[in-house]
Amino acid sequence: MTEFLFFIEVVVAGLLAGTMYSLVALGFVLIYKASSTFNFAQGAMVFFAVLSFVGFMEWGLPFVVAFLVTIALMALVGLATERLVLKPLRNQSEDTLLMATIGLGFVLEGLAQAAWGVEVRRLDLGIGDFPIQWIIDSTGLFISALDLTAGLVAATLIIALALLFKYTRMGLGLRAVADDPGAASSIGIPLGSIMLMVWTAAGIVALVAGMMWGARAGVQFALVDLALKALPVLIIGGFSSIPGAIIGGLIIGATEKVLEVYIGPFFGGAIEGWAPYVLAIFFLLWRPEGLFGEKIIRRV
Amino acid sequence: MKSTPVFMSYTRGDLLNLLVLMVLGFVLIPFVVPTDYWYSSILIPWLCLSLAAIGQQIVMGYAGQLALGAAGFMAAGAFALFNLELRLPFLGFPVNLVLSGLVAAAFGVLFGLPSLRVRGIYLMVATLASQFFIIWMIDKFGWFKNYDTSGIITAQDIVIFGREFTAPLEMYLVVLVVVTILTILAINMTRGSTGRNWMAVRDMDIAAESMGISLLKTKLQAFAISAFFCGVAGALFAFTYLKSMEPVAFDIKLSFRILFMVILGGLGTISGAFIGAAFILLFPVVLNTLGNEIFHGMVDATIISSIELVVFGVLIILFMIYEPLGMAKLWENIKARINSRRGAETSMKQNRKAD
Amino acid sequence: MPDTRSFMIGAPILEVSNVSLSFGGVRAITDTSFKVLQHEIKAIIGPNGAGKSSLLNCINGIYRPQEGSIWFKGKSLQKITPNAIAREGISRTFQNLALFRRMSVLDNILVGRKLHMNAHFLAVAFQMPSAREEERLNVERCEEIIEFLEITDIRDTPVGKLPYGLQKKVELGRALATEAEVLLLDEPMAGMNVEEKREMCRFILKVNEELGTTIVLIEHDMGVVMDISDNVVVLDYGKVIGDGPPDDIRNNQKVIDAYLGVAHD
Repeated sequence: MTEFLFFIEVVVAGLLAGTMYSLVALGFVLIYKASSTFNFAQGAMVFFAVLSFVGFMEWGLPFVVAFLVTIALMALVGLATERLVLKPLRNQSEDTLLMATIGLGFVLEGLAQAAWGVEVRRLDLGIGDFPIQWIIDSTGLFISALDLTAGLVAATLIIALALLFKYTRMGLGLRAVADDPGAASSIGIPLGSIMLMVWTAAGIVALVAGMMWGARAGVQFALVDLALKALPVLIIGGFSSIPGAIIGGLIIGATEKVLEVYIGPFFGGAIEGWAPYVLAIFFLLWRPEGLFGEKIIRRV
Repeated sequence: MKSTPVFMSYTRGDLLNLLVLMVLGFVLIPFVVPTDYWYSSILIPWLCLSLAAIGQQIVMGYAGQLALGAAGFMAAGAFALFNLELRLPFLGFPVNLVLSGLVAAAFGVLFGLPSLRVRGIYLMVATLASQFFIIWMIDKFGWFKNYDTSGIITAQDIVIFGREFTAPLEMYLVVLVVVTILTILAINMTRGSTGRNWMAVRDMDIAAESMGISLLKTKLQAFAISAFFCGVAGALFAFTYLKSMEPVAFDIKLSFRILFMVILGGLGTISGAFIGAAFILLFPVVLNTLGNEIFHGMVDATIISSIELVVFGVLIILFMIYEPLGMAKLWENIKARINSRRGAETSMKQNRKAD
Repeated sequence: MPDTRSFMIGAPILEVSNVSLSFGGVRAITDTSFKVLQHEIKAIIGPNGAGKSSLLNCINGIYRPQEGSIWFKGKSLQKITPNAIAREGISRTFQNLALFRRMSVLDNILVGRKLHMNAHFLAVAFQMPSAREEERLNVERCEEIIEFLEITDIRDTPVGKLPYGLQKKVELGRALATEAEVLLLDEPMAGMNVEEKREMCRFILKVNEELGTTIVLIEHDMGVVMDISDNVVVLDYGKVIGDGPPDDIRNNQKVIDAYLGVAHD
């Protein structure tokens, strides 16, 4: 029984960690839908956002103000990206766009470090990384308060965004833009405000993901590598699917934890570093379009 | 009109270029560059990274496969050489160097397999698996590091036919010989039917297949040869530049740097690999020197390294927008413009004479 | 057609039998059958969206038909890849140009020689005499094709920089370089003016006459089709509605209704 409880614990911890991957992946999906660009810089945006947030806090701004200012900053960065990087590359190949966003990632990392310095910052959200007593009492499961909070916040945010994009006019507009930007703008869908909304949403998910990760391991450059794990998530879920990003994140989170705990010890551990990628390869061989992506038919 | 080849597939111009570069590398530099600093901190890493960039160039610039894991293959080559020198020293350094390239090539084939199903960003993620997996494997299995727990493993001395090559100048010459040979082989391949098949797959894979090119064979071949180049480069990098064996030296940041070398240098050119490597390697040095000279150490080193990131990033974006074929193409355009201006001038002179 | 051709039209070499193809429920080809005879020029005509290009893509192995089979010289072409089909002796051009844009004209045509160039990559890397000889011979062969197509002046130009008409020519050159027994030409004259079309016809007839190459061609210009083809198959909505010599097709009521009756450029 304790064996089983332990397994549940591992899976739950994995799922909770997975919501963070979902969150970052969601940022990719939003931009992909709005600009048909794979924004490799999303990981750098996580780092940029949370480092700026911590920086604003150090200036003495209250939590909420710092949060809002950071969001505004991210929206600005997004619009600048749209205008200065993506627009001039509109008719280029996917690979060219991808490389440009890799470049953008480096710009953001460099700017963040130049502005705020390179030392690791502590971020205290007032939530400890220790097991919650009442859960232990009622179920016997050891679940970290920070994990649980992060998971809940991420889940709330994801659901809110999903609803927003499903039921509001803006959301409908976004779907039209994703289908055919030319046609969408010709029937009077306000491309500009949709872009602003999408980049703001992408900025929010980046900042929240950065805050949760930063609260656990410190705000530092390694966040960029952590955010890279959203890539296998996207491959599993499909690039243009919000449910795909969510499920993909949960699958990656749970699988990597289970593998790490049960298989890792035989190989000296730390297989979390590559397991998601190998998992993604298997998915690629099985379903290259992802779980929820549309089947790719190449017409000649 | 292309000029006709005079020797093998080389034109007179090619041979002249080669001769100039060889004289420069083998004769002039050893005579005029006296300081060890230049060999061990600039020339050796430049040559090693150029070789790795050629590997990246083959798979990405020529075969059009977006792979991001050059440093993983470099690590495979480096640790293969370390173990071969340790366990099979009687084979000798040159043979072991080739074998370590082959070990990396085997990994290249394995992690190139996803390229048969996917492309673009998908392939990039799949190749990231090789990067993380190879480094992890070397780190976790003691055998690869000969169960050394000190954390610092020294690379063996290079001994070729009983002669030791340990001074910076000597190591530079060893690296230069290897890089020269492999560069010539790469040029031969890219100019011949091998490279044509790669480029055909890159430019229009369906048409290539319809002409009888096997995508399977061509892509895996490109991955294998690319990884071979990276493997040899990694082995040389560890043995002549780092002089120690450490997996972290081959992390994903190095893969990104090599990616940048070919993007900025120019996709689909061998010279682009050298130009890009020089730029990525020298730019930080220049930036640091400037920082020290102008601001006398007032500017924090971390600020300078941040500026470096920003500049690389901005350059990549600018090149993607204005010249996706990189510095090599830029240089070509400048040359063409100078030539056409010169041509215009001479024709003007001729016209004047005719008048 | 002159009756004194050097390669007399022979037995069926390529057979499309009962082929059906659909994309996600949308039918592109329905139960289509026809035969191509050795050494003939066979035209496939039909309105836009009749499934002509899809049919070529099936023959060439790019699409897999859900039903039916395609036979080439008594061998089934099911379940083999385009490169294996190329090996069998079928080459092609594409409707929307599928050239290697960054490569020169000569290099594009040299890729067509792929099946005649088997040098190992190590032989190429080390410039072994065998590889050099192979390269020399094939470059020579391609120079002949370039001369034949009268495009010598653009030999070293990257094809991406060429105008459309010339690109079409290069693509024909690449297909010719394969020396395949059967050439599938997908609208080789699209977007050309009368002069260019006449020239292209001359090339196609010459290839058929001098090398005996069997040619399957999709073309919209009825004048051209009636002029150069030995047989014509007419597709409409993915179905065959006529198959026979140009004169029969001209008088086929179904064809007239479906195709010729419609005003067409």
